[in-house]
Amino acid sequence: MSLLTYDFVVRALVGALFTGLAAPAVGTYLVQRRLALMGDGVGHIAVTGVALGLLTGTSPTLTAVAVAVVGAVVIELVRAGGRTSGDVALALLFYGGIAGGVLLTGLAGQSAATLNTYLFGSITTISGADVWVTVGLAVVVVTLAVGLAPQLFAVAHDQEFARVAGLDVRVYNLLVSVMAAVTVTVAMRTVGLLLVSALMVVPVATAQQVTRAFRTTLTAAMAIGMVASLGGVAVSAYVDAAPGATIVLLALAGFVAAYPLGAWMRRRQRLARPFTEPQPESVPPGVGPGHTAVPEEHVHEHSPECGHPAVPHGDHVDYVHHGHRHAPHGSHYDEH
Amino acid sequence: MLVNQPPGAVLSVRDGAVELGGRPVLRGIDLDVGPGEVLAVLGANGSGKSTLVRSTMGLVPTCRGEVRLFGTSLPRFRDWRRVGFVPQRVTAGSGVPASVREVVASGRLSRRRPFLPARRADRDAVEDAIAAVDLSGKARDSVSTLSGGQQQRVLIARALAGVPDLLVLDEPTAGVDVESQETFAAALRAILLRGATVVLVAHELGPLHELVDRTVVMRDGRIAYDGPPLAAFTDAEPAHRHDHHHDDLTRSASAHHPTVTAPLDPTGAQGEHR
Ligand SMILES: Nc1ncnc2c1ncn2[C@@H]1O[C@H](COP(=O)(O)OP(=O)(O)OP(=O)(O)O)[C@@H](O)[C@H]1O
Ligand SMILES: [Mg+2]
Repeated sequence: MSLLTYDFVVRALVGALFTGLAAPAVGTYLVQRRLALMGDGVGHIAVTGVALGLLTGTSPTLTAVAVAVVGAVVIELVRAGGRTSGDVALALLFYGGIAGGVLLTGLAGQSAATLNTYLFGSITTISGADVWVTVGLAVVVVTLAVGLAPQLFAVAHDQEFARVAGLDVRVYNLLVSVMAAVTVTVAMRTVGLLLVSALMVVPVATAQQVTRAFRTTLTAAMAIGMVASLGGVAVSAYVDAAPGATIVLLALAGFVAAYPLGAWMRRRQRLARPFTEPQPESVPPGVGPGHTAVPEEHVHEHSPECGHPAVPHGDHVDYVHHGHRHAPHGSHYDEH
Repeated sequence: MLVNQPPGAVLSVRDGAVELGGRPVLRGIDLDVGPGEVLAVLGANGSGKSTLVRSTMGLVPTCRGEVRLFGTSLPRFRDWRRVGFVPQRVTAGSGVPASVREVVASGRLSRRRPFLPARRADRDAVEDAIAAVDLSGKARDSVSTLSGGQQQRVLIARALAGVPDLLVLDEPTAGVDVESQETFAAALRAILLRGATVVLVAHELGPLHELVDRTVVMRDGRIAYDGPPLAAFTDAEPAHRHDHHHDDLTRSASAHHPTVTAPLDPTGAQGEHR
């Protein structure tokens, strides 16, 4: 507990707590839309924003938010436009973002070390003001993600139905993009731009292993993200490792642990499901594996007295009847 | 042409035309559906049935003419709580599991306000809709673990949950077994008692045929027939079908309903718009 007496540890824990809640909340909607890598894309674009801040001497967080929001909106507009070359346009944007960031940082005369604190996170150097910005933005993102959950869920689940339900699909889609951009820049200080997408996606993937409903996935993902973030900061404080990487590795460890649990639960669910046995009476008598009943009706029982030739066959006697051998089996005769 | 709207029409299309990918898909559509009416839209694959209902829902833009819902032209229409829609295609599964109850609950969104929790009435309507398609036992299951027909029933329940005055269904019973179709027919009957209007696209009407008041047959993007349900096409022998004169087609309204698998005789299709 002595660690908590250090201000920077407390700040790091608060920052991690709120990042850990916000990132999976937005991530759930990205995964639902099958845009799991969108966080990565926005993260790359935000690099240019950070560099712009370093170059102009303004707050890199502010410029990163601005550039990331613009980038996310462009991505959404390209996606909604439904051009066939949409993914290529996204790739161009990603590469442009990271190349522009490196170029601008060089122009600003900043060393690679400065950029690294944004690429890989530096939660222990987070300032008091930064903590407040993180908390404020995270609260807004979580409020929107949870409060508008039914609407955002419906829009992502079935866009056309959402339109007929009177929802403004374009506004909700843009909202998710802007939320993703804001979350990326919030998490930039915690896990870094290169790993932010992991904190958005991995808790959702973990939660999905054991959930059957959207709402529980959202809640569970936020809980997992929070635990991984707090745990990652705590662990890294003791073993002196990079906090961002520790958070992401903890989240991944959770996924690895949940995978067999999910497989076991799905199996148990399948077994618990009532299974209608095939009705025994619907199966013609005598038909079964390795077993063929003879088609003829027998007006008599085969016996040494019936006049059909008897052929000893292992432990029983077959009777030759219309050219084939019949063996008594319960109430009928089998073909042998 | 743009005048002459029947005052009470729930859904009306005047001179509607739709182009998709630069190709005309619908032309010269004139259609009025009155309150309480059950309209069946029939026609071969690709004849434009889905495009017709999607354009009336505002999902496909019309390039000509006008669509009105409850007397309000579509661009200005806001009262979406009065409309329920069952799309034809089950949308591709999403990346996150969703329970039956959650999907059906999105049918209530036109009646809910953002940020406010679902009210009692919302929750009751959702449970009623799930019961109406006989899925109460599976309400907590993930939709992706249901069979195709069960998923289709979830989509029906979603539209029923909004308690709409106009229900537009694009092949709602495709892939649904006869028993569930009968359950669905009973649910439709219940909402018709409330005075709702139904537009139904179908290839096989099945147990729904008794409910249908009127039939529209689409052919190559035009309305080829608009009138009482046809009896002629229930005949088993295909040769017999073509013996029918058009007059017989329109006059012989009966409880039996056609399952149209062949295009209508084009010469017989003219001048029969009501
Ligand atoms: N997005 C699109 N772009 C171009 N053409 C389209 C598009 N969607 C549909 N079409 C064309 O419009 C025509 C009508 O399609 P529509 O889906 O309305 O048919 P349908 O009557 O509903 O058929 P089905 O019975 O198979 O559902 C078809 O010829 C189809 O090729
Ligand atoms: Mg169709």
